[in-house]
Amino acid sequence: MSLAAPIRVDLQIIADMVQSGRALDVGCGDGALLASLVAKSVDARGMELSQAGVNACVANGLSVIQGDADTDLRDYPDDAFDYVILSQTLQATREPRRVLEQMLRVGKRAIVSFPNFAHWQVRFRLVFGGRMPETPSLPHKWYDTPNIHLCSIDDFRALCRDMGVRIERAIVLDRNSNRIHLPPLLSNLIGEQAVFMLRRD
Amino acid sequence: MLDDLKDELTEAERKALAQCRHAVLGTERPMRLDCGVDLGPFRVAYQTYGALNAAKSNAVLICHALTGDQFVADDSPVTGKPGWWESLVGPGKVLDPARYFIICSNVLGGCMGTTGPLARDPSSGQPWNLRFPVVTIADMVRAQAALIDHLGIEQLFCVIGGSMGGMQVLEWAASYPRRVFAAVPIACAARHSAQNIAFHEVGRQAIMADPEWKGGDYRLHGTAPERGLAVARMTAHITYLSEQALQRKFGRNLQDRNALGFGFDADFQVESYLRHQGSTFVDRFDANSYLYITRAMDYFDLAGAHGGVLANAFKGSSTRFCSISFTSDWLFPTRENRAIVHALNAAAANVSFVEVETDKGHDAFLLDEPEMFRTLAGFLKGAAAVRGLA
Repeated sequence: MSLAAPIRVDLQIIADMVQSGRALDVGCGDGALLASLVAKSVDARGMELSQAGVNACVANGLSVIQGDADTDLRDYPDDAFDYVILSQTLQATREPRRVLEQMLRVGKRAIVSFPNFAHWQVRFRLVFGGRMPETPSLPHKWYDTPNIHLCSIDDFRALCRDMGVRIERAIVLDRNSNRIHLPPLLSNLIGEQAVFMLRRD
Repeated sequence: MLDDLKDELTEAERKALAQCRHAVLGTERPMRLDCGVDLGPFRVAYQTYGALNAAKSNAVLICHALTGDQFVADDSPVTGKPGWWESLVGPGKVLDPARYFIICSNVLGGCMGTTGPLARDPSSGQPWNLRFPVVTIADMVRAQAALIDHLGIEQLFCVIGGSMGGMQVLEWAASYPRRVFAAVPIACAARHSAQNIAFHEVGRQAIMADPEWKGGDYRLHGTAPERGLAVARMTAHITYLSEQALQRKFGRNLQDRNALGFGFDADFQVESYLRHQGSTFVDRFDANSYLYITRAMDYFDLAGAHGGVLANAFKGSSTRFCSISFTSDWLFPTRENRAIVHALNAAAANVSFVEVETDKGHDAFLLDEPEMFRTLAGFLKGAAAVRGLA
């Protein structure tokens, strides 16, 4: 594995947000983000549900354990990390709010990326197609999707308000993974995914 | 001189000591054991592979399991069989002597050259036998630490072991956190379960019920509790295998016959196999040693030694851990290994955890398991890079 290998755009954005310190990547998959963090001397650890993913990471020298975001963040003490990262996984957790709370307990900051369910393609397919949306970022059929708690960018902001969590940064990407800088209402329509950096208030 | 402690060495001990190095330790100051007894001087028999680098930063300590020994990667001087971890240790292997200085010592209480119940009590001049103090996993590790001091090594790059070896790895990390850069506990637990204690007790009772055992003084009587020790081994051996592996290997196949014998000979292949395991074991292992070492495992409870909270054992640890379990291991199942990982997380330690899919049961850690080798190679490579090992 080359440490300089290009990684997914949202992962690159997250990697750029973490300059130093200790980071936990929850749902680290094959370890692409972890490897890029380790390459710049971040003390980065991973948690991954699939054993195949874990084994691949450890075989590449990354510190990863098998674990579930919903249940296993509990094992970590308060403030164990500077950053706890959850990329494209929040919508697949059973209790997203609890997971966010745990992330912000374990980490000083939480970085969360997720697909925007209010993206115009999603709205279009549901309103005019009358079918559950299938888009490049949400490619699953309704009956076999792991995504059980989808939300829009505005929903996520509302949850943060409700939880009293401060949004330090919010980066919205369009369907070509370009950053967009638009008022919230339009972001929520044009944005295909978003990356948020959160902090306890 | 082999017999520098004036022990009356067994043939196995003599052969072992002739093929490895040994150190007499605790001469100036005896070692205080967990039971309160001061032991010293005592002998530690050990084998090494490779060379210590100038920075003394490439030492790897391998901790052996219950019936293992120091001959990790060379033929056993007693049985002539290949080293027990040759799949992992050797030129071109994951633990390559060209890269690491690899050390493995026979545990305290053992019967392959390190002081144990076979040795002589210096105060009475009589063989210890059952008067040897009961030792613990922590005592075994104390003896290893004394050996590492003797070798002039401040910090071990890695301590690695499976089963009881894994218990020693955990004890090392808990007792000497700054002396362990990386720790690899495999197929083990932070405490021995009731079921495991129960199996050990069956084995011990088999030995002690053998009339030849003579209260542990069988050598004085010129006897040996071979039947008892063989039964102990047979029982234990079942726990090392998985139900699937036994079924796959033997099923209900008959041994050297076409029909049931309607008697109590070994009709089934699995019986014949177990009998063979038992009878070959007594040629290489001492019954009293078996009692002491199983007892040490039973007594192991790392959380108990740290206020009931396992995470406290690893508080502030900067050691890098890699824990490995096997799906079909029911002696030290994944959940026991995962409990260690949870505690390490709670202590915010750097830990990796891999569960290897296999049907070979507990013994898998000794066998050719490519997934385990890949994991270890990756983990050690990462750790070596951080440690600055070329």
